[in-house]
Amino acid sequence: MMHADRVTSVVPILSRHFRLQWEPVQDCFVLLYPEGMVKLNASAGEILNACDGKRSVIEISEFLENKYPDADGISGDVIDFFSAAEDKGWTHFV
Amino acid sequence: MSSRIGPPLWLLAELTYRCPLQCPYCSNPLEFAQIKNELSTDEWLQVLRQGRELGAAQLGFSGGEPLLRQDLEELAGEARGLGYYSNLITSGMGLNYDRVSALKTAGLDHIQLSFQDSEKELNDQIAGSHKAFDKKLEMAQVVKEFDYPMVINFVLHRHNIDHIESILDLCLQLGADYVELANVQYYGWGLHNRDDLMPSAEQLCHAEEVTQRYRKQYQNKMQLIFVVPDYYETRPKGCMNGWGSVFLTVAPDGLALPCHSARDLPITFPNVKTTALRDIWYGSDGFNRYRGDEWMAEPCRSCPEKEKDFGGCRCQAYLLTGQAENADPVCDKSPHHHVIQAAVMRAQHREGDVQPLLFRNTKNSKQLAER
Repeated sequence: MMHADRVTSVVPILSRHFRLQWEPVQDCFVLLYPEGMVKLNASAGEILNACDGKRSVIEISEFLENKYPDADGISGDVIDFFSAAEDKGWTHFV
Repeated sequence: MSSRIGPPLWLLAELTYRCPLQCPYCSNPLEFAQIKNELSTDEWLQVLRQGRELGAAQLGFSGGEPLLRQDLEELAGEARGLGYYSNLITSGMGLNYDRVSALKTAGLDHIQLSFQDSEKELNDQIAGSHKAFDKKLEMAQVVKEFDYPMVINFVLHRHNIDHIESILDLCLQLGADYVELANVQYYGWGLHNRDDLMPSAEQLCHAEEVTQRYRKQYQNKMQLIFVVPDYYETRPKGCMNGWGSVFLTVAPDGLALPCHSARDLPITFPNVKTTALRDIWYGSDGFNRYRGDEWMAEPCRSCPEKEKDFGGCRCQAYLLTGQAENADPVCDKSPHHHVIQAAVMRAQHREGDVQPLLFRNTKNSKQLAER
């Protein structure tokens, strides 16, 4: 687990061998990897879709706050997400 | 009922039953040599398109040895274009540098390489080929060279399970990202050879302990997946995540199955040559047969765990009790559980009269079919 002040400035990137993909039939983003698939909930899908290996965590939060001005607590959600995603090996920080 | 049926998410394309190896635990049907008329390239392309349209996202190219199909590169290219995550499940036989390169260019996502043992002698004895081990080592390097995720599969049984440390050391040495340590599942050839394959409880316990130790030590380096033989459980596996729930297998001859063992059941399954995949998945009797829980008999019907394990495996219930609707006898609530207990007991106290391993090959398959 990382400190919030450190985690916001770093740039997350999807780990190699993982692929994020929108699945129309399931109506959600999924994460694909060798012989496995994780169905992402709406917010996890949006967050990971904004993760392009260039934006920092704070820039991803700002991007999503602009996109969803009515949503609350985006910044906290984004930090929590990347912390959990790193533990699962989905993403790491460059 | 169709409103409650979810889409197939996993498509397993068993491209061929042909294989240069003879592993005596092969999951292909015993009578594979009788099953001919493999689907053509165009027919497979249709299957891939229809499967993707239904919602399948994970695709396995399996067999037999799928590399025996010379159109594999074309199928992999189509799969990538359609948006599948494609997995090649291979023994490595028939692979070479140029084919890995062509598969990579086509867009294949991942190669799972199987080994029979960490030592050449036993590996080649189980595989029935003196070239197998060296070839696999060579191909492991090539897979790595092309930056594929390194997924190694070892099928475990009483003859190799005690080599677990050297198996895991070999995986480390090869740079494996994932290792599947899959105990033999007793279907097809595995069931026929069960008495000479099943490990003792002591062997199993040792293998699990060693695996746990490596898991802790190398957790950031390689992921270990240990599949226990379900005979040692008291509750059945939630087989295929439920019948016709997410898995769709298409056999080499086009038979569509809810799992690759279902061909053994006394059910007439539809064929992709004559029926569209959508009708097969949503409308066929074969796929609807064991969906939901209305088909269940006791003790499953009133069991609070039925939502979790779906009564276990229909194929195992049929093969061991004669009725696919029965509870999987792995369950200790099953009145047939003694069948499992007897097999487990035999694995602890082996007498000298164990039937020798029957290798999976065309000759043996034909002989079994004649019986």
